Amino acid sequence: MSAADRLWEDPPFGLAPDEKEKCFTEALADLTASHRRRCPPYRNILGALGFDPASARAPEEFPFLPVGLFKTLELCSVPPGEVARVVTSSGTSGQVPSKIYLDGPTADGQRRALAAIVSDFIGPDRLPMLVIDCPSVLRGGRFTARAAGVAGFASFGRGRTWALGDDMRPDLDAVSAFLETYGGKPFLLFGFTFLVWQFFEALAASGRAWDFQNGVLIHGGGWKTLADRAVGPGEFRRRLAEGFGLRRAHDYYGMAEQTGSIFMACERGHLHVSAFSDLFVRRASDFSLCETGEEGILQVQSILPESYPGHSLLTEDRGVLLGEDGCPCGRRGKYFAVLGRLKAAELRGCSDTYAAEHG
Amino acid sequence: MQLNTADAAFLVGDAAALAAMPGTPPLEPFSPRVLDLFDALSKALLSRPDVRRFPDLAALAFWCRRAAMEERRKPYLDGEFRLGRGMAFHIAPGNVPLNFAYSLAAGLLAGNANAVRLPSEPFPQAALVCAALEELLAGAFSDLRPYAACLRYPRESGLTEALSALCDARIIWGGDETVRRVRAFPLKPRAAEICFADRWSACVIDSGAYLAHADRDALARDFYNDTYLNDQRSCAAPRAVLWLGEREGEARADFWPRVEAIAATEYDWPAALAVAKREAFCRIAADCPGARLLTRGNLLVRVELPALTPAAMELHPGGGFFLETAAASLGALLPVCGEKCQTVTHYGVKREAFHAFLQTHRPRGADRMVPIGRALEFSLTWDGVDLIRRLSRAAVCEASVKEDPT
Repeated sequence: MSAADRLWEDPPFGLAPDEKEKCFTEALADLTASHRRRCPPYRNILGALGFDPASARAPEEFPFLPVGLFKTLELCSVPPGEVARVVTSSGTSGQVPSKIYLDGPTADGQRRALAAIVSDFIGPDRLPMLVIDCPSVLRGGRFTARAAGVAGFASFGRGRTWALGDDMRPDLDAVSAFLETYGGKPFLLFGFTFLVWQFFEALAASGRAWDFQNGVLIHGGGWKTLADRAVGPGEFRRRLAEGFGLRRAHDYYGMAEQTGSIFMACERGHLHVSAFSDLFVRRASDFSLCETGEEGILQVQSILPESYPGHSLLTEDRGVLLGEDGCPCGRRGKYFAVLGRLKAAELRGCSDTYAAEHG
Repeated sequence: MQLNTADAAFLVGDAAALAAMPGTPPLEPFSPRVLDLFDALSKALLSRPDVRRFPDLAALAFWCRRAAMEERRKPYLDGEFRLGRGMAFHIAPGNVPLNFAYSLAAGLLAGNANAVRLPSEPFPQAALVCAALEELLAGAFSDLRPYAACLRYPRESGLTEALSALCDARIIWGGDETVRRVRAFPLKPRAAEICFADRWSACVIDSGAYLAHADRDALARDFYNDTYLNDQRSCAAPRAVLWLGEREGEARADFWPRVEAIAATEYDWPAALAVAKREAFCRIAADCPGARLLTRGNLLVRVELPALTPAAMELHPGGGFFLETAAASLGALLPVCGEKCQTVTHYGVKREAFHAFLQTHRPRGADRMVPIGRALEFSLTWDGVDLIRRLSRAAVCEASVKEDPT
């Protein structure tokens, strides 16, 4: 059995750390060698870093690419004919989107990994599903990260009810019909964190009573918009539990550049690293590794990206490693917290800062 | 066009002076009252206890001294009679806090009445200069009050358009995008325009001369001031270093730790800059098989290139990021000396060597070759443009009958 197979065979949060590291290192070595062979810009970058493939003995020793590179470089390790889909990440409005080239096997791996991770949290059964988004998210030419999320998670549901109309306002009749039909047994809710919050705010304002106590919510996409409104994870969970009886809410952390191998939060709110991924926290001064509990820049690794060199990425997010194997939820492996985006480097440029003031 | 200054905040001068500028008579270049004003400004700034907190403020005060001005005046004592063009409208950049003061000085020295749009960011040293200038113009120099207004206004106010239509010369700092936007507003048919677009700069060090330098810490300090002081984002801040001579390895090993030591104690930088620098390195390396990252830390990042390229200069993130190459001659600078190249700072390279380089290769750029430490020092010839001559006009007076020389 190959190292990668081992990572696929075992439960995603069941491997002992040393065993996981051994298999994961082998899988990373294979991926690095393959991308190095097939993606010339990646090969040039490794060369410029002086990376010696034979020297890497642990996951943290493999080079990382800043995630922003996927916005500006065409990073693809398969011939154009093998690209099944190009995912574009929306990012912040007005910014250049990332372009991620997926071939069939990579897309398939993303689906399987996501299924393994998510079912560890919600069980193997497909549940009736309320999608807190609008049908038009799946239409339109571009395959956005939001669409990828909705489409990816939809496979865990039985049927699919849209909670929002195309005007982004709750479809109250559809929601109450859904609850009437399925609300008596476990059901699944999925949506982006900010949209979920807006949705429940609107339900609260509707004046009706809503019962979500059999629901399991999976939400992601970050807290930035809510943080601007002074709503943190604690307030979010409290509000859903007290106002709607919705006590099972799992945040997840992921990115279009590593779709599938997401990090999901357990009941304690800890984000967990699965067998498909690894995570490191690095210091800004020299990218050395932070101690457990020390805040730094998040690096994420995944064994899924076979068609593009996205298996080891430096994010623009701040985070902290909380521990390994010690979470009371019983899942093995590392667990961590995301603390938000790095504050943008506001250097004064000859052009970029000032141009916006003239019109 | 009607001037609506309701949204404007004047830090120097007032709305009445601004409104009168189109009719204000120009002055002769280097008029004695203007030189007096700058000497008084220099004294006022130097008398402030906090001048030492801002190296750029001290440099401005020094620049304004009468002796320095007299020296600058010399090339213009050529018997030609000149007057200012009239009203000059300056759009100051957002990246160099005191640039507005030098632009204003050039406009005044050339003999114009000046309207200066200040950037929205309230730099403390800019506020100090404006306060000192306002005090002088409200007191002993009230005769010059019609000649200077420094104001801040929101883009919606329409003032950029209105002042463009009124002025006789427009000076745009701030880079390509600002130039593009401001150019949408027409000037009078005879108005002159000077645009300072995005540029880059480089540095050349002769390794033998460097190693023979008696005070290499001072040279490193000068280099630090040229680069890190403005986050290495001023057009004049070198992005690349070309090492000449056979002892380049030794010289580099001696030089960079000295620069890094200064940055380690003085340069304050955000964590996101570490990511931005690594990303820039990757973008450069992706297209350049021979590139090499030379540093482990992120405070000072050095990238060795087989040859300097415009693409690498363009991708520069600022904040202490240096492209490097070693070569036998100045010719290695040529690829980055296109029209985007502004300044070449240097140590140990002779003027004749630069002259020979310019004559041989005739590059479109490289407007100023100055010693390390003087990259940001403002000169009345900037970006290859003689500001005094461009902002004034010559009046030719030919005799109709034979006149006795007096």
